[in-house]
Amino acid sequence: MDTSILIAIFPQVLLDGIVLGFMYALIALGYTMVYGVLEFINFAHSEIFVLGAFVGVEILLALKFWGILDAFSPFLVLGILLLAGMAASGLLAVTVERVAYRPLRAAPRLIPLISAIGVSFSLQDIIRLCESLWNNAFNLVYPTMDQLNFRFQLTETIDVSVKSLVVIAAALLMLWALHLIVNRTKVGKAIRAVAEDQATASLMGINVNRMISLTFLIGGAMGGAAGVLFGVQYSLVNPYTGFIPGIKAFTAAVLGGIGNIPGAMVGGLVLGLLEAFAASYLSLLTGGAFGAEYKDIFAFSILILILIFRPKGLLGEVVRERA
Amino acid sequence: MRRHCMNVKLGIALTIALLLVPSVVLAGTAKATIKIATQSPLSGEMSAVGEGMKLGTQLAIEQLKGPVEKLGFKVELVPFDDQGKPDVGVANARNMITDKEILAVIGHYNSGVAIPSSEVYKEASLVEVSPANTNPLITDRNLPNVNRVCGRDDVQGAVGAEFAKSLKIKSAYVIHDKTTYGQSVAEFFRDNAKKLGIEILGFEGTEERSNFDPILTPAKAKNPDLIYFGGIYSQAAPLFKQAREKGIKARFLGPDGLDSSDLTKIAGKTVVGMNYTTVAGPVTVYPKAKEFAKAYKEKFKKDPEPFGAQSYDSTAIALKAIEAAIKDAGGKLPSREAVAAAVRKVKHNGLTGNIEFDGKGDPKKALYFVMQVVSEDPAKWNDNKEVKRLEIAAPPLKK
Amino acid sequence: MTWLTALLNRPAPATGLVVAMIGLSSFAVAYSPRSLIAFLLFQASILLLYFAQIPRWLKRGLAFVSLGILMPILGTINGYYLEVATQVGIFVALALGLNIVVGLAGLLDLGYVAFYAVGAYTWAIFGSPQAGKFISASVAHFPLAGGWFFVFLILGVIVAAIFGILLGLPVLRLRGDYLAIVTLGFGEVIRVLANNLDKPINFTNGPQGITPISRPPLFFQPLLSALGVPASPTVLYPLYLYALVLLIVGVVILVNRRLEDSHIGRAWEAIREDEVAAQAMGVPLVRMKLLAFACGASFAGVMGVIFSAKQVFINPESFTFLESIGVLSMVILGGMGSIPGAILGATVVTVLNLQVLKGMSLWLNSLRNAGVTILGYNLANLPTQLEPAKYERMIFGIILVLMMIYRPQGILPARRRSRELGGSK
Repeated sequence: MDTSILIAIFPQVLLDGIVLGFMYALIALGYTMVYGVLEFINFAHSEIFVLGAFVGVEILLALKFWGILDAFSPFLVLGILLLAGMAASGLLAVTVERVAYRPLRAAPRLIPLISAIGVSFSLQDIIRLCESLWNNAFNLVYPTMDQLNFRFQLTETIDVSVKSLVVIAAALLMLWALHLIVNRTKVGKAIRAVAEDQATASLMGINVNRMISLTFLIGGAMGGAAGVLFGVQYSLVNPYTGFIPGIKAFTAAVLGGIGNIPGAMVGGLVLGLLEAFAASYLSLLTGGAFGAEYKDIFAFSILILILIFRPKGLLGEVVRERA
Repeated sequence: MRRHCMNVKLGIALTIALLLVPSVVLAGTAKATIKIATQSPLSGEMSAVGEGMKLGTQLAIEQLKGPVEKLGFKVELVPFDDQGKPDVGVANARNMITDKEILAVIGHYNSGVAIPSSEVYKEASLVEVSPANTNPLITDRNLPNVNRVCGRDDVQGAVGAEFAKSLKIKSAYVIHDKTTYGQSVAEFFRDNAKKLGIEILGFEGTEERSNFDPILTPAKAKNPDLIYFGGIYSQAAPLFKQAREKGIKARFLGPDGLDSSDLTKIAGKTVVGMNYTTVAGPVTVYPKAKEFAKAYKEKFKKDPEPFGAQSYDSTAIALKAIEAAIKDAGGKLPSREAVAAAVRKVKHNGLTGNIEFDGKGDPKKALYFVMQVVSEDPAKWNDNKEVKRLEIAAPPLKK
Repeated sequence: MTWLTALLNRPAPATGLVVAMIGLSSFAVAYSPRSLIAFLLFQASILLLYFAQIPRWLKRGLAFVSLGILMPILGTINGYYLEVATQVGIFVALALGLNIVVGLAGLLDLGYVAFYAVGAYTWAIFGSPQAGKFISASVAHFPLAGGWFFVFLILGVIVAAIFGILLGLPVLRLRGDYLAIVTLGFGEVIRVLANNLDKPINFTNGPQGITPISRPPLFFQPLLSALGVPASPTVLYPLYLYALVLLIVGVVILVNRRLEDSHIGRAWEAIREDEVAAQAMGVPLVRMKLLAFACGASFAGVMGVIFSAKQVFINPESFTFLESIGVLSMVILGGMGSIPGAILGATVVTVLNLQVLKGMSLWLNSLRNAGVTILGYNLANLPTQLEPAKYERMIFGIILVLMMIYRPQGILPARRRSRELGGSK
């Protein structure tokens, strides 16, 4: 066991973990907001997330095709991608809610859950269908934007790519904007009211349906942003890539306390860090016996452990008061 | 009672509706037909090469079906998509063997799919001629119905290691994709490299498709001279791309799984200058293949992919064998065993050279190339520079 | 439609209709073996048998004739049909198993395929050279002789049941949606383990899978040759496995029926309706939940063993989340908690996947080869990525969503269920 290597890669792994963590946090927000308001796991959120990634790649490919990709500053391009991704994903989320969840509002818990699974699966293949028709391929690659890949040395062993910094910055921006919306605006207050007690909120004159749609819109938009950042960071997207990050993000939401927005952020970061460290160190520590392949199981094990020992999560649940 | 009636009605309606939705009768064709099937990945990330294999076969059937048609049989192509997955390949194989008109299979692309599927073909004695499967186990099982026209990984790994040595590489980090193909060729490279004195700093397998950070971070820390990836281009490209983006300065090397224009399509500049070994030279390397390339481009409007010419040759061999078998059977539909036996006896002067099979289905002499990627433009893949060419016989079966 | 129902409700015309359909469709299949419609009609006629109001002895007799005699004959004509029939049988058993967990006990298990995988790998490891990789030859020789297969059928049940309990223990106190996610995670964990337990000790050979797997011996082959029936293993094995599957499905249905009507079954339904009330009524929650998981798992386990013997090759790709959802959609489509519903759901979904979708793909392909155009769009230009057979997920998804919105009680609901969920018809 080469401890010098273990120490040498520490900062890099830390950075990887933070980037991953922010991505999970953004996706987790979608899950947690919907759960807070409806007490319902929106399984389809993983596909809403992937749609953002696809919208991003399509725009990039179009720009590249017209030859103007290099004409713009990559930050501007990224901004466009984020806006487009967020809009598309938010819209998809609202549509899904209208079509597949609203008719089932009154049904026993199991029913909308199964419907959500159904939507998730259909969306995976619908995206594949559209991409196949459009591009004759559904494994798409993000074109490189060179300035984003520029690396600069912080110290002798640590170097950071602009891309990672951009992802972190974008994520922080989104989270701060969300905080503002939820806590400082009237609309945010309405959403929180609906999350706390639907019946009373409607008595207070809040249009519950509209607030729920808005929740889906915001959660979906966050997911879409995460999708774009995922594509930019890892370059390769296909319709099925949403599934595993989706489950992990839900784990993060539960870890932080379901329904709790700061909880989702904390949970996402913690999960991202744990995963990055598990992946990089596992093989070094065990001499190759267990490697990075087990990082996914890691997330599930954590989920089970939390649910057994601390089901309210790290920061506590925020769900409906039961009468 | 009422509800039961309703359920019955609904049940019947739904059942019949769901069961009778599409279908046209695929019932019998008028003239006797012989079908040649292909199995390759037609969708998903390896579809570029898989599609190329199918099209190569299609062209061969169109150009060379004459003699068989003269004997009174129509020749048709039946393409199957194995999606690069073993269980899909096996399921397709089971479907294939029930169609008595399919007398030969040209495929697969992935050795990990070919091996279990060939066990199914063996049950029906259906002959398989593989243009692209390089794993030694394909023929080392000594099955009478499995053949290949390309080289093998045990030789390819050694060629790769020798080449690395010639570049004065002192240390290497080996990564593979955990498939039958990738893991095996990586192991051959590693074993040969060790013998030649190259220090192997790591040997890791991963199925990851997008996020290679956990693999690359330790690799970077160990600072190897060379990274060898045993696997397919669809995974290699993002890996190499992310490696460069992380600041890894090592050279890249890989086996024939990297041989596809999609490698540069995905990884762009980052792979220019890297090397790979292959058992299928680009079309430009074979003098006879010029005609093939021209006809291919005219018909399909794009350049042939790697293994397209090999698929053409494999089909040609299959057709020759079918022709011989029909004649032996006195003009009637030959049995699959007869076709399999005939394939082994074929001596074919094809696009990729003289092909003749040894006792276990390997070509008696196979070509191995070391290539270098010259341009980030996927359309220029066939311009890749040939650095070295070797002709080596397949190793005999170990007792 | 009413005339059909009326017809089926009276014994004499019903018998006539069913027998006629079965007979005609069998002839149709025999006459044009590759015709998809003929075979679908045959299957439809067997299903019709279920709905017909004819005396039970007659129903059973006809069922035995069509499934036990006609189907094997048709199977020898076109081997693919036997394959489909066997797969339908396997999924019927799986659907019945999941039906216990989801339908009766109300525990949404999204990782059901894990138990299937456990059963399959149990036989695969020991029934192939795989075990020899980690157990030295001095202890035992692998692969085990084919006869051990029957021992492993029982072993598969036990091992899967153990895993069922292992899954049940941590999730005992979880709410419905959390339960779902954890079971999903469990399913994924098993798959990842299967994919990665090839080092440090090679248990499962990772993504490369295990092959070749021994099959049970054809002990009746000498008997058949003595009777003058020449049959090669290639023909006999599919028939043998089909018969085995049919037998086990029969046992599974029997066990299910007994459980449903027993106090255990009623305890499960009580738990599904209201845990707290059930507990107040004295239902031992822990024991019943674990029993539900174990029972459901055991059906999957035994079918897993048969699956690996049938396929001769298994790898982790056969046991993905998609498979779990597939089985779930079968149970949902047919009707949660209803045995005939689960059978119907399994049949419809499997046939949809294996025959209808594949048939559409092949048909589309032949059209493409022939250069047909629709409204001026030449089908030859249709991207190859577009092929109906690959859109399984979409089919499952749409089934689930539509069923939930329009008919949550399923096509053939359990009588109690439909009263709460919807059909007040």
